[in-house]
Amino acid sequence: MNREALKKAVLEALAAVAPELDPDTLRPNEPLREQLDIDSFDFLQFIIGLDQNLSLSIPETDYGRLTTLDALVDYLGEKLGGRPGGK
Amino acid sequence: MAEFRMPSLGADMEAGTLVEWRVRPGDTVKRGDIVALVETQKGIIEVELFESGTLQELLVKPGEKVPVGAVLALVRAEGEAVAPSVAAPAQPPAPPSATPPTPAPSVGAPPSARPETGVAPPAPSAHRPRASPAARSAAARLGVDLARVSGTGPGGAISLEDVERAARAEAPPAPPSAPPLPSPEARRAGMRQAIAAAMARSKREIPHYYLDTRIDLERARAWLREQNERLPVAERMLPLVLFLKAVALATRQFPELNGLWEGGAFRPSRAVHLGVVISLRQGGLMVPALHDVTEKPLGTLMRELSDLIQRARRGALRSSELADSTLTVTSLGEPGADRVLGVIFPPQVAIVGFGSVRELPWVVEGRCVPRPLVTASLSADHRVSDGHRGAAFLARVERLLQEPEKL
Repeated sequence: MNREALKKAVLEALAAVAPELDPDTLRPNEPLREQLDIDSFDFLQFIIGLDQNLSLSIPETDYGRLTTLDALVDYLGEKLGGRPGGK
Repeated sequence: MAEFRMPSLGADMEAGTLVEWRVRPGDTVKRGDIVALVETQKGIIEVELFESGTLQELLVKPGEKVPVGAVLALVRAEGEAVAPSVAAPAQPPAPPSATPPTPAPSVGAPPSARPETGVAPPAPSAHRPRASPAARSAAARLGVDLARVSGTGPGGAISLEDVERAARAEAPPAPPSAPPLPSPEARRAGMRQAIAAAMARSKREIPHYYLDTRIDLERARAWLREQNERLPVAERMLPLVLFLKAVALATRQFPELNGLWEGGAFRPSRAVHLGVVISLRQGGLMVPALHDVTEKPLGTLMRELSDLIQRARRGALRSSELADSTLTVTSLGEPGADRVLGVIFPPQVAIVGFGSVRELPWVVEGRCVPRPLVTASLSADHRVSDGHRGAAFLARVERLLQEPEKL
């Protein structure tokens, strides 16, 4: 998957927990959880959404890397690199 | 005959508006069935039935606002005889009259919309009543039987006004319209009022005392991480589930923190139904109950918690979930603050709070090491317990969290 496709997948999973999300106003280098007021439960639902959309199980130990939109896309690109795209 | 009443869905609730019935008279119903939707200041709640049997009668129409405790419907137990209607008592026999009032179908109204009167339709009139041409035309248009209209014209002739009056009198009442749903702004304002009312009552009536303690979560976090590595992503557990189970188990030794203050006395509860404070994305909060927390394994609690949070946030909670809590837990999660000192939800007598888990210096065996710490707090009612017992309760919660595998 290219970067744009990964970003789209992330935004879709985010929109499921933060329906008011406006991708145009999301700042890619600032903390996602603060921008979208995502609590621990929402974050878990977001991780579940990524798992379903991308068939990628993100370990809890990597949660600390998933702070911003750019960081997320970087992480997913690294994990899915060379692998056929998700669903 | 059992009376199904408007439930109290929180200390702040005085009345509710019936939005919709999901059952009809004659339906077989059982305890736990969702039979109605009720609008409260906190949103629309699915109201469950607490009796099994046959629904005898609905006494409140959609759109009506009634106080807590008002009878909404009657439920006939199995084998119980059919009772006479309460809402529409049998009418006494009408005195003989030349022109008894009789319902006339309104234009366009389907037959099924007519009220059931139980009265046989009148026999066709034997003679043609005296009526003006305009009256006859209007009677045909409005479906009014002239034989049943009292004429006020010369010699008792029926006028156009008589026909129109008869049509108005006999027209079935307009079906109750569903209450207009409040705007998001009105709902938010209502929720804030409800929260303020409950919290003001709490602070006015309950002599709170507050305690807090720091708990090292190193073992609990490591154990949870290990469990979550084995579980499918969709079944991963949050630290909150450990907190809930630890609090519930701790109440076994501290029953004075689990129960309700009612009628000037404390009534401990054998069951532990934990109210969980859930913040809503649009602002405000709900505090539905997780039932029988001591009896359930962590995985089950996580599934139920997940379901509860999602339904709270989309406005699909059930009445029992808002009325059953015996003790409340609030957790700030991440991101959050170091500690929370809760305000007790009356008629409960305690609330336990958990701040955010922070990586902080902690002394272990004489060495200062970084540890994940959480501040657990207790706000409790001095009418029922005191600080000594409250502190022992928090210490018990701490010990339980040191052995997560036993939760």
